[in-house]
Amino acid sequence: MSCEIRIDGLVKRFGGSTVLNGIDLHLKPGERVAIIGPSGTGKSTLLRCLNFLDRPDEGRITLGDLSLDAARAHRDEILALRRRTGFVFQNYALFANKTARQNIMEGLTTVRGWPEAKAGARADAILRQIGLGDRGDSYPAGLSGGQQQRVGIGRAMALEADLMLFDEPTSALDPEWVGEVLDLIRRIAGGRQTMLIVTHEMQFAREIADRVVFMEGGRIVEQGPPDRIFGAAEDERTRAFLRRVG
Amino acid sequence: MLDIAYMGELVPVIAGYVPLTLFMAVVAMAAALVLAAILAIVRVLRLPVLDRIVAVFISFFRGTPLLVQLFLFYYGLPQLLAFMTNINGVTAAIFGLTLHFAAYMAESIRGAILGVDRSQWEAAQSIGMTQAQLLRRIILPQAARIAAPTLMNYFIDMIKSTSLAFTLGVTEMMGAAQKEAAGSFLYLEAFLVVALFYWAIVEVLSVGQRRLELRLGKAVAR
Ligand SMILES: Nc1ncnc2c1ncn2[C@@H]1O[C@H](COP(=O)(O)OP(=O)(O)OP(=O)(O)O)[C@@H](O)[C@H]1O
Ligand SMILES: [Mg+2]
Repeated sequence: MSCEIRIDGLVKRFGGSTVLNGIDLHLKPGERVAIIGPSGTGKSTLLRCLNFLDRPDEGRITLGDLSLDAARAHRDEILALRRRTGFVFQNYALFANKTARQNIMEGLTTVRGWPEAKAGARADAILRQIGLGDRGDSYPAGLSGGQQQRVGIGRAMALEADLMLFDEPTSALDPEWVGEVLDLIRRIAGGRQTMLIVTHEMQFAREIADRVVFMEGGRIVEQGPPDRIFGAAEDERTRAFLRRVG
Repeated sequence: MLDIAYMGELVPVIAGYVPLTLFMAVVAMAAALVLAAILAIVRVLRLPVLDRIVAVFISFFRGTPLLVQLFLFYYGLPQLLAFMTNINGVTAAIFGLTLHFAAYMAESIRGAILGVDRSQWEAAQSIGMTQAQLLRRIILPQAARIAAPTLMNYFIDMIKSTSLAFTLGVTEMMGAAQKEAAGSFLYLEAFLVVALFYWAIVEVLSVGQRRLELRLGKAVAR
């Protein structure tokens, strides 16, 4: 649940363009880091590379005793990394052919090989934590956006990951559902889950993050405690961005 | 005028061959489904080399008439491959129907797989599922639902296509009608009876197909 996380010199290119330009980021166990920055800056790509949804071209990712050389990582290392990092998608990405409960169980039964009963009990506990104790048998299509995203978070929680990655978890939601999802993430953050969260909700980032990272053009421009970044950023680019987003 | 009494006599005769027709269709359909799913997966995953081979296979079996393919298997290949010398008509027909329909069905299944939202692949990968696990548990069940109506149509087509087995000397429904007609010279009656038989079988299946679609539609309201 808690180990040191190190990202060193991560580079990602798409065709000719370099989208991540050598990202270094270290997270202490239980640390909550928010990533902010303009559109097209590589925030999603960074998160996706940490889960190998996009394969990084260079760099090293280290989670406790697991350390991958991005350029050379083979299948088993990638699966191991994915099992230790939970990903929450902007558009929920729930399995449409599975109920809420089955969505949460899937990683436990299929990936970890837990027996049905044990995985079911864990899924029920998570359903209660995410406030959907009575909706476990609903299919995603029968849930509201906010409920679907809570299941998406529950599915990632089930992994008991060393690192949880949130990619703009509320930006696909109707405004009425944003609050309940932020509340849930707040509670997870309160449990000192190590997390990396990309968000456009500046107030929220300020409130839950131990550290805020400002990215632009595939690089980390500046990082520090929320009060300093939001109150007295040193880099002009950070200040310009914050003025723009209000 | 039609010899109705003769047609009545033919009904039990042709009915006796319904099981063989259905046997060929069901076996070939089952084999074609498995093969088509494999071909579709090879194409979707763009497996190196295999993908090219499968593309050519599909192109050939879609690009040539079924009758020509059946003749190739039954009359042609035994001249080349010794172990095929004793292939019987039923086996050759099942073989040919399987490959022919697998080529068509592979394209529908491929389309259905690609019809499953890409983000579900990523979500399955993100929790650490292997390619095989995510196909089996997440993608294929949804693709099957999308492809089901089309695949049912292929099954109906398959049943009608088994009539070509008679050109390989198999006495199935069509072959039986042909023999009867050759004896009685009542071609119209004999072929009308066999046509009505195919029609009836297909109608029964179409009812089943509509029921199936209703059920699938309800199972996961999307
Ligand atoms: N699969 C891809 N192929 C090619 N280019 C890509 C791909 N994915 C992302 N990019 C490019 O990489 C850059 C960074 O994209 P990314 O989605 O990481 O930005 P972001 O910071 O998350 O932006 P946003 O705030 O809009 O979500 C963009 O210029 C984008 O066009
Ligand atoms: Mg993004």
